[in-house]
Amino acid sequence: MTRAAALAALFPGGYEPHRDGAVFAGTGTARDGTEVAVLGTADGAWVGVQEALLLAGEVLAVVKGHPNRPLLLWVDTQGQRLARREELLGLNIYLAHIAQCLALAHAGGHRVLGLVAGVAASGGFLSTGMLADSLYALPSGEPKVMDPAAMARVTRIPPAELETLRQTSPLFSPRIELFAQLGGVVGVWDGDLAGRLVEALTAAPSPPRTATATEVARRVREEGCDDG
Amino acid sequence: MSARHSFHEATARQRIAGLLDAGSFCEYLPPSARVTSPHLGALGLPVAFDDGVIVGRGRLDGEPVLIAAQEGGFLGGAVGDVHGAKIVGLLERAWVEQPQGVLLLLESGGVRLHEANAGLIAVAGVLRALLALRLAGIPTVALIGGVNGCFGGMGIVAGCCGAVVMSEQGRLGLSGPEVIETSMGVEEFDARDRALVWRAFGGKHRYLLGDAQRLVVDDFAAFRSAAAELLAAPQTLDLAALEARHAALTQRAQRYGDCDDPLDIWARAGVPEPQRVPIMDEAELIALVHGLSGGRP
Repeated sequence: MTRAAALAALFPGGYEPHRDGAVFAGTGTARDGTEVAVLGTADGAWVGVQEALLLAGEVLAVVKGHPNRPLLLWVDTQGQRLARREELLGLNIYLAHIAQCLALAHAGGHRVLGLVAGVAASGGFLSTGMLADSLYALPSGEPKVMDPAAMARVTRIPPAELETLRQTSPLFSPRIELFAQLGGVVGVWDGDLAGRLVEALTAAPSPPRTATATEVARRVREEGCDDG
Repeated sequence: MSARHSFHEATARQRIAGLLDAGSFCEYLPPSARVTSPHLGALGLPVAFDDGVIVGRGRLDGEPVLIAAQEGGFLGGAVGDVHGAKIVGLLERAWVEQPQGVLLLLESGGVRLHEANAGLIAVAGVLRALLALRLAGIPTVALIGGVNGCFGGMGIVAGCCGAVVMSEQGRLGLSGPEVIETSMGVEEFDARDRALVWRAFGGKHRYLLGDAQRLVVDDFAAFRSAAAELLAAPQTLDLAALEARHAALTQRAQRYGDCDDPLDIWARAGVPEPQRVPIMDEAELIALVHGLSGGRP
């Protein structure tokens, strides 16, 4: 499904773009009349300094200009731009800036939903969709940490073994349904996208978290302390 | 003459002992609890009884703090399911207990590739919990000075802390030199050019840019002093602050976006002899930065 078709399906009340390109943004009207700020990456865009500033700027514009308007973060990115110049400028800081702008939106009472629409890789994913208060996906969604060849080299997991893991393990699989099982997304949207969006806008927040992490964090919060 | 205790090569436990008031540290989920990674066994890898991160509470110059210290010696400090959750639990505890602040001793390659998607979710959890503390105004200070540096998703975490302290030996970035070289070729970044690596990612450059608020000598006492000072200062995250940051980051990109070497950035920023920066001591560089007209780049 193309982005245009998905947006049309999500927003039966219409979608008005105001930015297009690697970073795009617009306003969609959901089935129940709610106006939603849509923003994100398109077509596997790399997120570098310029893209990060555009994304952060869009979030700030919503916080300033549209109280209570929900945001829908559209995720379709190959990850952070890998370049010397970007690192010299401090790309980690630019991605952190997006993250802080999203935190401001949360604090201001905006719902922040995420939608994994394509590849969702590493830093580009971490600083956007993974910080949604609730993250969903389209069937085309694909979580990614690193290229398998590079991952095999760095981890020294033999490529054949890594490929088996990619087929069978929710930890390594690019399949969005397995990522959902792990706790990465709340659910995969299919069929009535407009209806799923409206449900999500009123559902309680449910950010990405594994069952293991929920339990370990609880223990750190609640258990006493060992002074050895 | 007082002995210097190097932060750079110390273990996470040694750093905690060196930073906090003697005898004040108390650990959550210590190694005896054996809360280990449920995922590494499937790869035939050994686990660590603390999964490579120590979390607990203590006092810094008498003030109550919560502290997390990543152990670079275990999988490069990379963040897995349990490791990340320990930090999240600590940050959530800070939300309730409202300590003077939270110290994050960051030494990490980022997402633990051996746990892939679970590692990604783990780092996101740390970001989310950290940002909640920022919004609540609870001070968070990152201390970066270890052998492995602070990269990947943990580089984003560092950028979300209220303040960052680095030594010259520390490194901070998003994609490290090896990652860039492997993906984009040696001309894009020669990871074996140590001088370039430290010019690009080292504490001096980060301090010059303003991404590290303090540059300290590689010494527990210096890190402690900087941390105590920063924990006592208010840290605001609001619209005005983010708009100002947005303008500053836009200007940084405009001014230095075509620079291929930090030497060019430093020269453009008004540093008189940029080639001397790597050999300056901390005091000289700090004085120089304070003296730059118009403030930091």
